[in-house]
Amino acid sequence: MRLHPKLPLLRIVPDDTKFDFMRFRRISFPASAALSILAILLYFFHGLNFGIDFVGGTLIEVQAKSGLADLAKMRSTLSGLGLGDVQLQEFGGPENVLIRVAQQPGGEQAQQVAINKVREALGSEVDYRRVEVVGPRVSSELLAKSTIGLGLAIFGILIYLWFRFEWQFSLGAMIANVHDLVLTIGYMSLTQIDFDLSSIAALLTILGYSLNDTVVIYDRIREMLRRYKRMSMPDLLNISVNSTLSRSIITHVTVTLALLALLLFGGHAIHSFVATMIFGVVLVGTYTSVFIAAPILIYLGVGTTRMEAEEGAGKERASTARP
Amino acid sequence: MLYISKWKATAILLTALICCLFAVPNFFPESTVKRWPAWAQRHIVLGLDLQGGSHILLEVDANDVRRQKLLTLQDDARRVLRQSPPVGLTRAPVIRGNSVEVAIRESDLQQGLTRLRELAQPLGGFIGSTGARSIDIENVGGGVVRLTPTEPALLERTRQVVDQSVEIIGKRVNQLGLVEPSIQRQGNDRILVQVPGLGDPQQLLEILGKTAKLTFRLVDTSMPAEQALQGRPPPESEIVYGSKAENRQPYLLEKRVIVSGEELTDAQPSFDQRTSEPIVTFKFNTSGARKFAQVTQENVGRPFAIVLDDEVISAPVIREPILGGSGQISGNFTVESANNLAILLRAGALPAKLTVIEQRVVGAGLGADSIEKGKLASYFGAALVVVFMVVTYGLFGVFASIAVGVNVGMIFGILSLLNATLTLPGIIGIVLTIGIAVDSNVLIYERIREEVRTGRTPITAIDAGFTRALATILDSNITTFIAAAVLFFFGSGPVRGFAVTLGIGIITTVFTAFTLTRLIVAWWVRWARPRQLAIS
Repeated sequence: MRLHPKLPLLRIVPDDTKFDFMRFRRISFPASAALSILAILLYFFHGLNFGIDFVGGTLIEVQAKSGLADLAKMRSTLSGLGLGDVQLQEFGGPENVLIRVAQQPGGEQAQQVAINKVREALGSEVDYRRVEVVGPRVSSELLAKSTIGLGLAIFGILIYLWFRFEWQFSLGAMIANVHDLVLTIGYMSLTQIDFDLSSIAALLTILGYSLNDTVVIYDRIREMLRRYKRMSMPDLLNISVNSTLSRSIITHVTVTLALLALLLFGGHAIHSFVATMIFGVVLVGTYTSVFIAAPILIYLGVGTTRMEAEEGAGKERASTARP
Repeated sequence: MLYISKWKATAILLTALICCLFAVPNFFPESTVKRWPAWAQRHIVLGLDLQGGSHILLEVDANDVRRQKLLTLQDDARRVLRQSPPVGLTRAPVIRGNSVEVAIRESDLQQGLTRLRELAQPLGGFIGSTGARSIDIENVGGGVVRLTPTEPALLERTRQVVDQSVEIIGKRVNQLGLVEPSIQRQGNDRILVQVPGLGDPQQLLEILGKTAKLTFRLVDTSMPAEQALQGRPPPESEIVYGSKAENRQPYLLEKRVIVSGEELTDAQPSFDQRTSEPIVTFKFNTSGARKFAQVTQENVGRPFAIVLDDEVISAPVIREPILGGSGQISGNFTVESANNLAILLRAGALPAKLTVIEQRVVGAGLGADSIEKGKLASYFGAALVVVFMVVTYGLFGVFASIAVGVNVGMIFGILSLLNATLTLPGIIGIVLTIGIAVDSNVLIYERIREEVRTGRTPITAIDAGFTRALATILDSNITTFIAAAVLFFFGSGPVRGFAVTLGIGIITTVFTAFTLTRLIVAWWVRWARPRQLAIS
């Protein structure tokens, strides 16, 4: 419904789009496989930039009380404390500095001693905007909990999809999603974004959200399977993806707009969280549901039982027709 | 599908309205809200990352609990074996590793075992008796009997320690005059202390980290401490080192405690009248005063020691009997440390050592910045989404925007109703919900467009569009909800706030899609009676 007769509505996808997505599987499958392997290699050889949530240690954000922060001076002061690896970086502005002190050997107490040393060394020239000290016990627990959580989420969704669809759909969605997670982890390794608790939140959101997209397409495929019993699988999948394409794009635009607003105005603290989500939800999620989740159903044998049943019924009819 | 009875319409609108109304208290200053009835006072609590504050996680030192348990067990074993007629021992009970060992003369072994078995008490659990006992008794052979506290017994003791500690920490924190501190047990052996608004927790950490076990003991003058260090101290005495201010000097102290910190009724920071250095004055209760008077009367001229957490903080000489039941401690204090000690003594000693295992502090400045940036991002995000929807769907885009607006109102209302905590990731969750919520409208509208293309009339197309899209909406939102639920149970702190807003956002999104959007469209259809749908 137009607000005004002269105001045309935006049509992002023409109504009669007939793009042959299934043919692209010969490119998209090897490409995705290659990228996934690359991501896994990155993870093992380049590693993730684990934050203090998972490896323990101290994180301090300070703001110079007047003027700009003297990064060089602070660096030399702090590196003289004998606290091992101390990293400093500008954070969000020239007056803010983020200080990372590696986990100290010697258990829980040693971390507290380290932070006191840093406080003494920096003195009263700075304001402490944020201080986080995570001991070895808490960090190893958080890592274990996060891993279990991620696994449980994948498992829970798998079970849910299995109830709602046939197992082939459930498996297809899972392959697509593990692919999303692997690529996102590859991205995190490549960019060396801080990998902390909020990254786990981002991964879980990507998992939930890109599945949301897959489910919409699968819903349509299931409907088409019931309606068109004789259509070939690639054709049927193509029609399904094409007919949901407009929705997919519009939804991704709105989600991207919301995330972009967060990226631009949400401040430095949530930057890596939002950047990861944009990568996972927008770039990978969309591609995956169209180019991986849908075509993989062909290989998983969706619709074959339907065809056989049809053929069987046909033969029977043929044989009874004969005298 | 498009016909909605008046009753249903009223119910839908009322639900949405009531949910939104619960958000109202958040927009008024606290002083105004306080005058409202109690049910209307529920509001969103800002997380520590938004209002600034300290989050400190403490853990009971398991080794300390075990050590104390072993000391008690050693005492108990000694006591029961000494009862008349005494059991003949070849070696007195000693602590070895995680057990107490005692060697009993062969002829008395059965007798000794019977007595020691009395010490093994059945443990009362929540589910009644589990058959577990407080200690394992093992006859190692050669008359040696090994007593080991069982894991369930240690666990039970740890639980008690946590309960007592929560209470004592509460007293200590209150003494600091902090606003609305929250002190909670977490799991079996942890205590979470959260103090909103506290951007510099140095004093708090100092006060939390001390056990504050205070004892008054006589100095053993039978030999110099140095000699006792080299040789063997007398059996009833032990070496205790002085505090930093006392240059870590060794003292030989009697193990017997004259009076302990539990018998103090008051402690206050003050100044010495002659030297004007900071001191702590204290008062004993009646029994403490009597004991202290008696000992000081009998030992004029001898030094005694004031011991705090296994450190001698001062060892003055008794010049005259102290009969009044009050006294003072001087030990090179600063004003602050005297004040801290007074607080610790008033609140009492912790039953075991606590260790800080996690500390997260956000200054008020950063919190305020985060709120500002979160607000800005939310407004921009919402504006972008609304503009895009209206450009794409026209009037239907306006409908979608109304639904999203109500949706956000309901999220705030439900968060208020639950007195939930809003964190920075929580704000991200809300902005993300704005982006995702319009998806339900998009699904419905696109489906209507398709139905129109198959040649249906506007009304049947709308009807079919809703029917078909709603099933998809439910399916697709449940997956995200599962992820949010997992995050809620496994996440902690601010990230949990994200799970909460995302989860509530999904529920309200499904609600508005199934009810409000349908209601608006149904009303519009009745009012406009469209012959043709310009949505396509």
